[in-house]
Amino acid sequence: MAYDFNDTSPIYLQLIQVFCEKLIARQWKAGEKIPPVRELAVEYGVNPNTVQRALTQMEQEGLLYTQRTSGRYITEDEEYIRRVRDNIADDYIGEFINKMLALGLNKEELEEKLTQKWRELHGNH
Amino acid sequence: MGIIDVQNLNKTYANKLVLNNLSLSLGSGQIVGLLGPNGCGKSTLIKILAGVISDYDGNVFIDGQTPGIYTKSIVSYLPEKTYLSKWMRPVDAVAYFSDFYADFDKVKAMDMIQQFRLDPMQPTKNMSKGMQEKLQLSLVMSRRSKVLILDEPLGGVDPATRSAILDMILRNYLEESILIMATHLVQDVERIFNYAILLGYGELILAGETDDIRREYGKSLDEIFREVFACSISL
Repeated sequence: MAYDFNDTSPIYLQLIQVFCEKLIARQWKAGEKIPPVRELAVEYGVNPNTVQRALTQMEQEGLLYTQRTSGRYITEDEEYIRRVRDNIADDYIGEFINKMLALGLNKEELEEKLTQKWRELHGNH
Repeated sequence: MGIIDVQNLNKTYANKLVLNNLSLSLGSGQIVGLLGPNGCGKSTLIKILAGVISDYDGNVFIDGQTPGIYTKSIVSYLPEKTYLSKWMRPVDAVAYFSDFYADFDKVKAMDMIQQFRLDPMQPTKNMSKGMQEKLQLSLVMSRRSKVLILDEPLGGVDPATRSAILDMILRNYLEESILIMATHLVQDVERIFNYAILLGYGELILAGETDDIRREYGKSLDEIFREVFACSISL
């Protein structure tokens, strides 16, 4: 029961987000089998049907596929996983820019701050 | 037809209407939350489904049969109040259930008792409320029943015990069965339900897939529950 979901919006959509992040972070690797529904339900403290709903949607979107007898696997299409990563990154960046605009920063100030913070955290890499 | 069908169910106690024209149809493969404040009719509905109360008006079908000998053989029921004798130890309770129910899985029961870290040799009279709930849950969940009904299994237990119980339910619930849990605690519990029934003073207020309800209202079940019953409590 450790995972912090927001109970005011559908849990299955939040699960899709969590699972997509696992794909992108390569915790779930391309072509690998994912854990069974029951195991995921216990791990995230949610109903097995909710997990099923999330996985079915990911399957329809081509991120997962089912082998009739042996379970569910992650797509081998690395290019597709990268596109998903880019989409999620786009969403976060859009949100971030809107917040910065609300604080009154312009593009130059934002770029400068971003570069500065990056150096602080990671040096010149 | 679902595994449970209730049509126009009415029940009165001393001229007071406890269930008012209630209709429900529920299929297998679900964990259903039966939600409502104390005294809303949850326990009455459960007792009718469990075959404990038989004087009611309307139709009730479980696996196509009216509550009776057959339905009792496929319904595993955890009542709100304990039914274990004080002298019983978990090993005695397991032996008792094993004699009484043909569908009882002794190995699963001992396994759950162990996972809950209960002492198989400790008499129930020396157990805390939480430990007793854990023991009873291990017993009722170890029957291979088509219908599992839990009446307030989380009443009076601390948050750590509550989450241990929910975890055990998710681990051990049989996918081909239906589990119905009555509770007035909604927060922290609502994620284990895929379907919710909100009952208020004998009437059906809301029923549906939990994620669809969240999407439609933009609220948690707990928030909806509090809003619906906030005014009625002050009456």
